Amino acid sequence: MGNPTDDPWWFSTTDHKKIGIRYLYTAFAFLLLGGIEALILRVQLAQPNARLLSPEAYNQLFTMHGISMIFLYAQPILSGFSNYLWPLLLGSRDMAFPRLNALSYWVFLAAGLFIYSSFLVGAAPNDGWFNYVPYANREYNPGPNIDFLALGMILLGISTTVGGINFVVTTFKMRAPGMSINRMPILIWGTLTASVANIFVIPVVSLAFFLLWLDRQFGTDFFRVEAGGQPLLWQHLFWIFGHPWVYAIILPAMGMVSDALPVLCRRPLVGYTFVALATVATMAIGFGVWTHHMFVTGLPGISLSFFSGASIVIAIPSAVSVFAWIATIWTGRPVLNTAFLFFASFIVLFVIGGVSGFMTASVPVDWQLHDTYFVVAHIHYVLIGINVFPVIGAFYHWLPKMSGRLMSETLGLWNFWLMFIGMNLAFLPMHLTGLWGMPRRVYTYGESFGWNTLNMITTIGAFVFAAGVLVFLVNVFLTLRSGRRAGANPWAAGSLEWATTSPPPPYNFAVIPTVRSRYPLWEHQLRDTPHRSEPYRGLELAKGHEALKSSTLDAEPQAILPMPHASLDPVLLTLGLAVLFVALLVHGWWVALGSGLFILGVVIHWIWPRAEFGSREPPEEEAAHG
Amino acid sequence: MNGEAPPRPLDYLTAQGTHALEVLPLTWGVLIISLLVTAIISVLVVSGILLRRVPSGGPIPPVARTGSGMRWIYIGVGLSTIVLFGTAVWTMRVLAAVISPPAEPAFTVTVDGRQWWWRIRYHETRDTPEFITANEIRIPVGVPVRIRLTSTDVIHSFWVPALSGKTDLIPGRINETWIEATAPGVYRGQCMEYCGWQHARMGFVVVAMEGAAFDAWRASQVLPASEPQNAAIAEGKRIVMTHCCACHTIRGTEAGGSAGPDLTHVASRLTIAAGTFVTDRTTLEYWIRHPQRAKPGNRMVDPDLDLEATRLPAAYILKLR
Repeated sequence: MGNPTDDPWWFSTTDHKKIGIRYLYTAFAFLLLGGIEALILRVQLAQPNARLLSPEAYNQLFTMHGISMIFLYAQPILSGFSNYLWPLLLGSRDMAFPRLNALSYWVFLAAGLFIYSSFLVGAAPNDGWFNYVPYANREYNPGPNIDFLALGMILLGISTTVGGINFVVTTFKMRAPGMSINRMPILIWGTLTASVANIFVIPVVSLAFFLLWLDRQFGTDFFRVEAGGQPLLWQHLFWIFGHPWVYAIILPAMGMVSDALPVLCRRPLVGYTFVALATVATMAIGFGVWTHHMFVTGLPGISLSFFSGASIVIAIPSAVSVFAWIATIWTGRPVLNTAFLFFASFIVLFVIGGVSGFMTASVPVDWQLHDTYFVVAHIHYVLIGINVFPVIGAFYHWLPKMSGRLMSETLGLWNFWLMFIGMNLAFLPMHLTGLWGMPRRVYTYGESFGWNTLNMITTIGAFVFAAGVLVFLVNVFLTLRSGRRAGANPWAAGSLEWATTSPPPPYNFAVIPTVRSRYPLWEHQLRDTPHRSEPYRGLELAKGHEALKSSTLDAEPQAILPMPHASLDPVLLTLGLAVLFVALLVHGWWVALGSGLFILGVVIHWIWPRAEFGSREPPEEEAAHG
Repeated sequence: MNGEAPPRPLDYLTAQGTHALEVLPLTWGVLIISLLVTAIISVLVVSGILLRRVPSGGPIPPVARTGSGMRWIYIGVGLSTIVLFGTAVWTMRVLAAVISPPAEPAFTVTVDGRQWWWRIRYHETRDTPEFITANEIRIPVGVPVRIRLTSTDVIHSFWVPALSGKTDLIPGRINETWIEATAPGVYRGQCMEYCGWQHARMGFVVVAMEGAAFDAWRASQVLPASEPQNAAIAEGKRIVMTHCCACHTIRGTEAGGSAGPDLTHVASRLTIAAGTFVTDRTTLEYWIRHPQRAKPGNRMVDPDLDLEATRLPAAYILKLR
């Protein structure tokens, strides 16, 4: 008899671990594409008045670089880690909605391919990732470039939204017995916060892109000035989404550091409660700072003051996390492996990205800094420093769990130093390029502005960084092929994912563990609680064929759920959506109607009540005593 | 007036205008705070690692809850909060100081952004009628000038870093800012909102002059274009009227187009093609013959002229002072 999560077809798996790994591969592929685009841009900018790229080619490449990194890499890579790790961290057998999880991945892949297919017709989006109107309006941008982006973003929004809902429900319903809300790993807090934010803000940006598409295809007037539309409406809608999104693509990464750094410092995280609350507080304030992207649009002084104040205050929860990490190092015994180097250097990069953000929060200063290369340096410290560095560190830390094999520490050192030096060589001098007035989003610049040497240094740094990424890829390849065996818990870590084998079996845990503290595997060493978690004894639940549903705050067992079955519905639904969006793009209305009906049919099949999806009561005695 | 070109024309770590000078200490202040914070945190992280590290190759030590470490958070966050609130107060004070000009502006200039140049209208004053120019704003030293900003196509942004921070030009809206130069000079301006193909080459200059020189300049700008003084220039004028008049205005002639910059006194301006080239014979001939090579995508079409045929219109245009 096969396990219920065995997939008869490769396309039909609902195993969160397989989906997580696909997320990681796909997001990393987009990182590489965005990286290649960046290197081409940097060759063009290495010298003044270069003619490698035409203005239009440059504009398409810088736009796709931003879209790839911000939408197709930074968030999906974190979804990959969260998808893989969440049920393991929570002591669960899968996500709350395994089929929705598969849908989220497939739609992400479809959206990425949809947007990238614009290159095939030579009409990639060309108005930056922020896509300001009226330049995005049909009058100024008559090709299909912006339509690829508008429809692609709506498609991607479906993926992010269903993914977000899944994370939220999983947090509140799928934790192992005893994992009360104050015992959850910080990664859970990070992704949970990001997911709640996404559920609120994705509809805003999807709507904005939908209105823009209507303007472009059907002559509506939301953003067309000639007919009374408002260019600033776009900016408000975009940044109400855009700024929380920035936190959505760093908070889970910060969470991974908050969980892994203490393991390597051989002590619990300092200030767990403060860090968890800081995560939530950052996002709460993060909803009130979007206008700092619009300080030069001529807003009245009173709103400038409010948003300036909020943008300065948001640094306080960040300071909480920074000092918690530093305290963890100072009161711990750091083990200097590659993962640790990435996490520790992340703290410094985080602070550099943070203080440059603090500078732009000061309105009068921002009037000078805005849209110069200073902001380009800032965003790269944020996205590389706070997303890429934790992500690479997380690979060194958790790939042994995923693959059962340890990564090479020798290559790891090369990987780290090339990336760290390349990063700072490329982007530290770039602050000065900005302070000396270089505008961003220019395809070239004159030789008499004083930026020539700085730009050459940045280009060299970019290539050094790329070499570091290459070493990482080699290391991953060699690890998967012939890395040393890792064992269940190579770092002697304290959380639940290390209680099971590496790689974990399809059902994750042979029994449902019971949790009595934040670090179930460290209790015998820490000895600060009389209770003992039970990682290896508990409900067997039909030999791994069932999962446990628990209560929202205290994780008391509530019901027993069937384990997910392989299903073709997610991939079929994605296929229907992809055909629908292509049809909308090319105005194939009959095909659109047909695919709409097909989607409806798949949804009906999906939600059709079936006996095998029914839950049952947990056995009282078993739950109470494990 | 041209003088030595500054080594970094768009640098904003120095300033020459009242608006920018008011902001400059804040810019340096937050920059120095940022550098100090980065240095302190770097030292804390690196020294913590060096002091506390496990000797390499040793066994992984057991976990222990050595000290709560909470004092780090209390002191670190406490100090950060004080600095942040101080900065917020300083920010509000500077904002209040520069949001409106220190005195009633002497006159108003409306800047209308176009892909990829600037249409500039001097509003009527008590003694001067209004007039139109492009890509160059002249102002008298020591008096604030009101700048009204709008756009005819997409969003642009007006920035003269030596004089003031930037403000967007948004179609359908009118934004206002002000500039005041404290010393005579040529100050580089640049479009700072991405606006398409030639966003990179959408510059301009602000020329600050002593009051009397400014008055003379303004009086000359109101006049119609000068008439050709010889046959060659007259032939140049004829070619300009054939090729250029649909898009450009030259006051006093039949050229009355409005798609491109007003050329009535174009030769008096320091640059052509929106701050892209210094105005001289070579650059002007190149620009007339190959506008699409000089600035790909701009609205000026490549005319069917050989070099010889370019000489005459260029000569005429260079007389439009």
